[in-house]
Amino acid sequence: MTDTSKHGHADHDHSHHDLPFWKKYIFSQDHKIIGLQYGWTALLFLLYGFGLMLLMRWQFANPGQPLPLIGNWFPESQMIGGVMLPEFFYQLGAMHGTVMVFLGVVPLAVGAFGNYLVPLQIGAPDMAFPKLNMMSYWLYFVGGVIMFASFWVPDGAAQSGWTSYPPLSILAGQGQTVWLVGMAFLINSSLLGSINFITTIVQLRADGLSFDRLPFFVWSQFVTSFLLLLAFPPLMAASVLQLFDRLFGSSFFMPTGLVVNDQVSAVAGGGNPVLWQHLFWFLAHPEVYVLILPAVGIVGEIIACNTRKPLYNYKALVYSAIFVGFMSFVVWAHHMFLTNMGTTMNTFFQVTTMIISIPSVIILTVLVLSLWGGSIRFNTPMLFAVAFLPMFGLGGLTGLPLGLAATDIHLHDTNYVIGHFHYVVAPGTIFALFAGIYHWFPKMTGRKMNETLGKIHFFFSLILMNCIFAPMLIQGLIGVLRRMYDPMQYAHAQPAQPLNVFISISAGLLAIAQIPFIVNFFWSLFAGQKVEENPWQATTMEWTAPSPPSHGNFVTPPQAHRGPYEYSAPGCKKDFWPQAMKETN
Amino acid sequence: MEKNYGWWLPIDASAHGHQIDLLLNILNVVIAVLFLGWLTFLLYTLFRFRARPGHKADYHEKHFKLPTYLEIGIVTLEVLLLAAFSVPIWYHLKKDIPKSSDTVLIRVVAQQFAWNIHYPGTDGVFGRVDMKLMDSSNPLGLDRSDPAAKDDIVTINQLHVPVGRPVSIQLSSKDVIHSFDLPVMRIKQDAIPGYVAPVWFEAKKTGNFEIACSQLCGLGHYRMRGFFIVDTPEDFKKWMDERAAEAASS
Repeated sequence: MTDTSKHGHADHDHSHHDLPFWKKYIFSQDHKIIGLQYGWTALLFLLYGFGLMLLMRWQFANPGQPLPLIGNWFPESQMIGGVMLPEFFYQLGAMHGTVMVFLGVVPLAVGAFGNYLVPLQIGAPDMAFPKLNMMSYWLYFVGGVIMFASFWVPDGAAQSGWTSYPPLSILAGQGQTVWLVGMAFLINSSLLGSINFITTIVQLRADGLSFDRLPFFVWSQFVTSFLLLLAFPPLMAASVLQLFDRLFGSSFFMPTGLVVNDQVSAVAGGGNPVLWQHLFWFLAHPEVYVLILPAVGIVGEIIACNTRKPLYNYKALVYSAIFVGFMSFVVWAHHMFLTNMGTTMNTFFQVTTMIISIPSVIILTVLVLSLWGGSIRFNTPMLFAVAFLPMFGLGGLTGLPLGLAATDIHLHDTNYVIGHFHYVVAPGTIFALFAGIYHWFPKMTGRKMNETLGKIHFFFSLILMNCIFAPMLIQGLIGVLRRMYDPMQYAHAQPAQPLNVFISISAGLLAIAQIPFIVNFFWSLFAGQKVEENPWQATTMEWTAPSPPSHGNFVTPPQAHRGPYEYSAPGCKKDFWPQAMKETN
Repeated sequence: MEKNYGWWLPIDASAHGHQIDLLLNILNVVIAVLFLGWLTFLLYTLFRFRARPGHKADYHEKHFKLPTYLEIGIVTLEVLLLAAFSVPIWYHLKKDIPKSSDTVLIRVVAQQFAWNIHYPGTDGVFGRVDMKLMDSSNPLGLDRSDPAAKDDIVTINQLHVPVGRPVSIQLSSKDVIHSFDLPVMRIKQDAIPGYVAPVWFEAKKTGNFEIACSQLCGLGHYRMRGFFIVDTPEDFKKWMDERAAEAASS
């Protein structure tokens, strides 16, 4: 099949004008349309997940106070007189995590950017399996609809945290069943996607595009795909087992002798709730790197383009990404230090956690040193990409006291954990995704986004993100616990309450700071400055295709003649030398 | 009087907590120094190599020695943090469970949303418990017909311990996973149904503190608060005697 796909763009081409609307834009098999479908859906889910959080932030800052304006719109199962019920609060908590990770960030990073850019960057006409690609999007879409709709089942959405620890999750209401079914769709969507990416990258690279000439973004998607492929099946199995426990009375995760509400529970028993945690975190730790690696890939591309020089030590970057991917499979139990596992296992997971920090430091160092000697353009994508570095760095550094079991005792399940992983994912990964949107918008639409609005969006987002997550680190040191419906219950948490108010105000302002982005996005879509195929004067092959690329991508199949980042190469008149250009530039 | 809680770590009222706090403070300094140093370098680089007329990017790859030194430094630091602090502290907490005769033995059984505290009484032996006997008036299912149970003391959400004596707790849960958190004691341990987890500490300061539940355990998770009271030896004995008298009269 490789041969037909590789040279098959002519076959695709003659028919695409005849495609009816629903086949061209709805059930499309074109990787670019699918990428954009992923992008739209994921952006909407990001906004939705952010909205869920804003509701929670009201409760954190004003516990028990009625939510003004919109509070009365909520049904009595969620808010009474505008006052949030704990039922609803815990639904919001579980669904914020689920939506952001599985429906927002990963689909945007992998589904949207990966789908759109990988075939273009490797000079392929499409993904290796276009139908599988379509199916992968629609599985994701159905999974998303199921998750979204779960708020309307009789007991409300899942409310046992995005981690769904049994026995709580097995005893919980119907929303948890819906959550598990939704997860099954999302997991299978990712599995199909990962197989597609791996095959595409191995089989469909343009002539001359050897692995050592791959853009780093493609490498990052390649490693990510292996993580998805190998880490999701255990969670799939675990979800099915939990579904059996809930629906058919099995006891995979239910121990003998449960007494719930003073009633001896009717479960068969003999199971082990910690088994779920192992299976869950065996996925969910590699998932962290699924969130990070594509972001690092995006940042690498943008830094190379806007420093006008090659990335420093490309090989170290690639090897580190591969090593991080490998190590991410052997650190999962650092989420479980307090489950009373043996001291030897505990030491093992502390050591592996420290080891994984080494390639992460190399990745960051390489990206920072890539700036050295450059001629740095500070356009909006570059600002977001550069801001990713210290934010992700702080996210990594704050992982140290959590990865060392002794200090984890105090910090486990506190807001320190929340601050830590949000630094990685929010001003980290999401900033990289913003950078990617500003950077590749011209390729996807043929128009540039507005720079002024982009910079307003950037500076306010950067400041406010820090106003939100830095205080959480302090709250964590104070000992404020996560997942608290009423933060005022504990005496030790009360001194931290002003911080909660501050964080909530910042979160509200962060929402306002996204308005320039949304306005810019839609305005630029229709009225942005029109650009040619290569407005940033970049080298990688997606910029050789028209903007936006037509079905089949390239006018003539490109060939790679050199590495991906030949900026300011000696002997060239211009400061960029495209990968696909035969002569000197 | 020293305040228990403020804008930084809670006070440390335990014998082992200073080691954890020391490690945490070292890490805070490490994080601050690395982050600020590195941020300064980043900002300097961004300024020095900004695009401007007459400035060109340098194609040739530099050979930096700094990253190698930095990596070696970080690896050495991490080995040190593991070998000198984290691993020994952990082994101390998990392996050095006190067995001396003055050790206070306590069972803590978590449930939605309360902490059942079980003292063995003067005989030092816990009475038999049976889950079939569990109801709202006997949440532990203690079999009062067992001779060893006669002098047992059961409280809800009130954990009293004496200062200066090792306390050894057997922690378990009746229903879902909870987590037993004593912030001032630098103790946190998941209470998992089907498991009995050992927890031990020695209080160094008296005072009224809190038990918190740090693992999401249901709708009432946020209010699963218990009292954790470190008494002087005299107060502790007095409290125990009062509870024993109550148990005998009931």
